[in-house]
Amino acid sequence: MSIFKYASPSTFYPLAGKMAPWFAVIAAILGAAGLYLGLFRAPVDFQQGEVYRIIFIHVPTAWMAMLIYVIMAVYGVMALTFNTRLSSMMIEALAPTGVMFTVLALWTGALWGRPTWGTYWAWDARMTSTLILLFLYIGYMALVNAMDDKKRADKAGALLVIVGSANVPIIYFSVKWWNTLHQGYSVAASGSSMDASMRMPMLLMTFACWAYAIAIALWRVRAIILEREKEAAWVANLHGSASLKTSGVRA
Amino acid sequence: MNWSEFFSMGERAFYVWGSFGAFGLAIIVEILLLRMRLKKVTEKVKI
Amino acid sequence: MKARHKRFMWIAIGLSIIAVAVTLVLRAFNSNLVFFFTPSEVAEQKAPKDRTFRLGGLVTAGSLARTSDGLTVKFDVTDIAKTIPVTYTGILPDLFKEGKGVVAQGKIGADGVFKASEVLAKHDENYMPPEAAEALKKAGHPIEGKVFAGQKPVVTQASSNAKP
Repeated sequence: MSIFKYASPSTFYPLAGKMAPWFAVIAAILGAAGLYLGLFRAPVDFQQGEVYRIIFIHVPTAWMAMLIYVIMAVYGVMALTFNTRLSSMMIEALAPTGVMFTVLALWTGALWGRPTWGTYWAWDARMTSTLILLFLYIGYMALVNAMDDKKRADKAGALLVIVGSANVPIIYFSVKWWNTLHQGYSVAASGSSMDASMRMPMLLMTFACWAYAIAIALWRVRAIILEREKEAAWVANLHGSASLKTSGVRA
Repeated sequence: MNWSEFFSMGERAFYVWGSFGAFGLAIIVEILLLRMRLKKVTEKVKI
Repeated sequence: MKARHKRFMWIAIGLSIIAVAVTLVLRAFNSNLVFFFTPSEVAEQKAPKDRTFRLGGLVTAGSLARTSDGLTVKFDVTDIAKTIPVTYTGILPDLFKEGKGVVAQGKIGADGVFKASEVLAKHDENYMPPEAAEALKKAGHPIEGKVFAGQKPVVTQASSNAKP
């Protein structure tokens, strides 16, 4: 059962600590490249002029908002089927970053909507379903925090996340299913209606956000592991080995 | 390149920089909060 | 704060958030405001009567006219098959242009004129530099943008507010 070896918090804790800085470095490099190309190299848009540059923040954050929720739901399925503690910890580690990206997607969408459509907010299917996503994230966090029994909290949280994931396809396909104010796909598997010079920075920013979210989730899951398993023997051993390393001479 | 023109973003500075600024601010806040959380818990378990 | 009180607080926060979310969503869906109706759908009586709804389509080229007071505008919204006249008093968004997409919120009167309380511009999913748009136009390849589902492609032209 080699796959499950890293499903144990005690083995994942040091692994996460080793991986997180690498993802942070990747995020910084991709983000710097994306911002440079997006702000300095990408041309103006033929319809919107300069203001379209909000797309380099708006689309990556909106994609992350949906993607993180889907990943939480996948961990939710694993938590309920394999009964792994780490899966529930990962859901908890991802949720705050999901909230951040959802808020950013709504915020940048409002700032983009005002100068182009003429309004900060409309009860449009795309926007309304994204707002529901934000409430689902916050609802999950409130639920898990409300329950003292961690085992039951994990189960209820996993269930809520799985049920709530039904909202994600609604967000994604809303522009196709209904006549919405929000425009359709600019980038899809079938092709793109975006000039390559504009698509490139957007994709770089997206990958930067992925790497960022992975790094943050790994660091946050380390905090959660320690918070939850502070009584466990392996944490005490961690203490021992760490002090061995720092005061090697005395040991 | 003309910096004042760059910052004016075609007279849409508020919207463009409001978006990029919020993105940067959110990331800084999240990293700081996470650092505080990690510091607090590592002090508690005395690693 | 006792753990029990804290728990109640979190449950209260969670429940109130869910309640607010459900109310907002039901209100939005119930008032038919999350999507818009095309002029053809309005002609087929699919849009609600005596109630606010959204009308979407293209602004008919050459139909935009200002009335004597200078604030009220008149224009036609079309989906090629059907056309509905619209009146609106207020400021139009920057991207509002003849031949481009528009979403108006309001009520349809007995005279068949849609009285809009809000007019929003709807742009398509194309992003390209003005030179590329110009080159496409010259080469005789119109830029196909979709404003509503099942729509025939509409030619979009480089607009004046895109500064090089």
